[in-house]
Amino acid sequence: MNRIEVDDLHKRFGHIHAVQGVSFTVEQGEVLGFLGPNGAGKSTTMKMITGYLEPNHGAVRVQGLDVQKHPVAVKRNLGYLPEGAPHYGEMRVLDFLEFIADVRMLGKVERRQRLQQVVEEVHLEAVLYQSIETLSKGYKRRVGLAQAILHDPPVLIMDEPTDGLDPNQKNEVRALIKKMAAEKVIVISTHILEEVDAVCSRAIIISDGELMFDGTPAELCSKSERNDIDHAFRLLTTRGANS
Amino acid sequence: MNEMSDWKRSTHNIWVLFRRELGGYFATPIACVFIVIFLFMMGIFTFYVGALYERNQADLQPFFNFHAWLYLALIPAISMRLWAEERRSGTLELLLTLPITITEAVIGKFLAAWAFTASALALTFPIWITVNYLGEPDNLVVMGGYLGSLLMAGGFLSIGSCVSAMTRNQVIAFVVSVVICFLFIMSGFPLVLDFFRGWAPQALIDVIASFSFFSHFESIKKGVIDFRDLFYFSSLIAFCLYLNVLIVDSRRGG
Repeated sequence: MNRIEVDDLHKRFGHIHAVQGVSFTVEQGEVLGFLGPNGAGKSTTMKMITGYLEPNHGAVRVQGLDVQKHPVAVKRNLGYLPEGAPHYGEMRVLDFLEFIADVRMLGKVERRQRLQQVVEEVHLEAVLYQSIETLSKGYKRRVGLAQAILHDPPVLIMDEPTDGLDPNQKNEVRALIKKMAAEKVIVISTHILEEVDAVCSRAIIISDGELMFDGTPAELCSKSERNDIDHAFRLLTTRGANS
Repeated sequence: MNEMSDWKRSTHNIWVLFRRELGGYFATPIACVFIVIFLFMMGIFTFYVGALYERNQADLQPFFNFHAWLYLALIPAISMRLWAEERRSGTLELLLTLPITITEAVIGKFLAAWAFTASALALTFPIWITVNYLGEPDNLVVMGGYLGSLLMAGGFLSIGSCVSAMTRNQVIAFVVSVVICFLFIMSGFPLVLDFFRGWAPQALIDVIASFSFFSHFESIKKGVIDFRDLFYFSSLIAFCLYLNVLIVDSRRGG
C-alpha cells in the first residue's frame, strides 16, 4: 500500500486557479519527476500532498490514508523538503537534526544510527556545530535534505532537491535518491531536465495548473521529433508555439 | 511508538517544540538584551519613580505598580516574532508538515515565551531581597504579586502571539500588539470607557471595564488572590491561543 494517490486536485488562490484537476498515482519504487514552468502549480501540488495546503476540491491519499482526514498519521510517514529548504537559521546543524529526531520520536539507538548515516550521506560532518544561517546555499539545501530523510520515511517529497548545489553535489544527491528509490515512493520537482533522465523513472509535466504529460522520460523525449527532452518540454508547455 | 496515547504524544510534541523555541531565545542576543533592559527598567521604576526607599514601607507595591507599563513595551517585543518570523522565513511550512498539530505548536511556542518572561521576572529577586533586608514585608503578598505579574505577562503574550500569527511583518506585529495591550490596560479607565459611555448600555460598559488588566492585577498585587482574577487571566490566555490556532490554520498558505 506504499503509494500516493492524487485525485482530481484543485486549488484556487483568489481568482487564480493554480491547480486544475491534477490526478496521478505513484507507487513504491518509482521516482516521479515533477516538471513545469515557474508558477505552473508544481509546488502548490506538493504542498497539498504533504498536507500543508488544503485543496479546494479533490483528495490526496498517502498509503491509503486521506491527508485531510489523518494529517498527523500521514505526516509521520512522510519526509518533505519544502521549496527553498527553509531552516531555523539560529540553530546549529546538529541541534536542528536532533530537534527533528525528537519530533519524529526516534528511539535512542535508531536515532544515533540515523543521525550518523544521514550526516554521512549528505556530507554534513564539517558543519555540524555551525549555525545554519552561516552556511552556504548548498549546505543549507543539504541540511533540508537531511531533515527530510532522517526518519527513513516510506514517502519522500522534495521540492527542487538539487537547487543551489554544485555539479558534484548534484550527482551525489541524485545517487542518494536512486539508492533510496527501491523501498520508497519519491516525488521530486526540478527545473533541470537532464535530472529527469538521470534519476526519474517517470515524469509529469504541469503547465498552468493542468497535467500535460505523464509517462517515462523516454516517452517524453519521443514527443519531440528531434528526440530531445528540452524540445519536448517546450512543445508541451508553450502550447504549440513553434521553436 | 504507535501504541502511545494521544495525550502522551501531545505532551511530548509540546515539550520538544518548547525546548527548541526556548533555546532559540538564548542562541540569539534577544535573551541577553531583553533581560538586561527588563531589569534595568525595573530598577529605575522601582527605586526612582516608585521611590521604594523613600516610602519607608517594607513592601513591593512600587515595584509591581509599573509592571503593566513595562510589559506593554517589552512583551510585544518577545511575542512579535513567534509566528511572523516562521511565516517570513518559510519555516512555518516545515513546522506544519512535521507530525504535530497546530494546537501543539501554538501551546509549545506560547509556553516557551512565557517561561522566558518568567525567568526575566525571576531575576528581579534582588529587589525582593532588598526589601527583606530592610524590613519585614509580608512575603505571601509578594508571592501573590509575582503570581499576578506572571499571569498578566501571559495575557500580554497570548495577545501578542495571536497578533503575530496574522502577519509576516514583525514591526506590524509589534505595533498592533502594543495598541491592543494598551487598550486592555486602559479599558477600566475613562479614556476607553468614555468612548462607549454616550451610547452603549451600562451592562456593556461594565463588561468592558472588567476586561482591564489593571483592575485584575490591582487586587492580586496587594495579595488578594481572587478566583475571578485568576479565571480572568487564564480564560483570556485560553481564548487568545484558541484564536491563534484558528488564524494559523486558516492562513497556512499566506
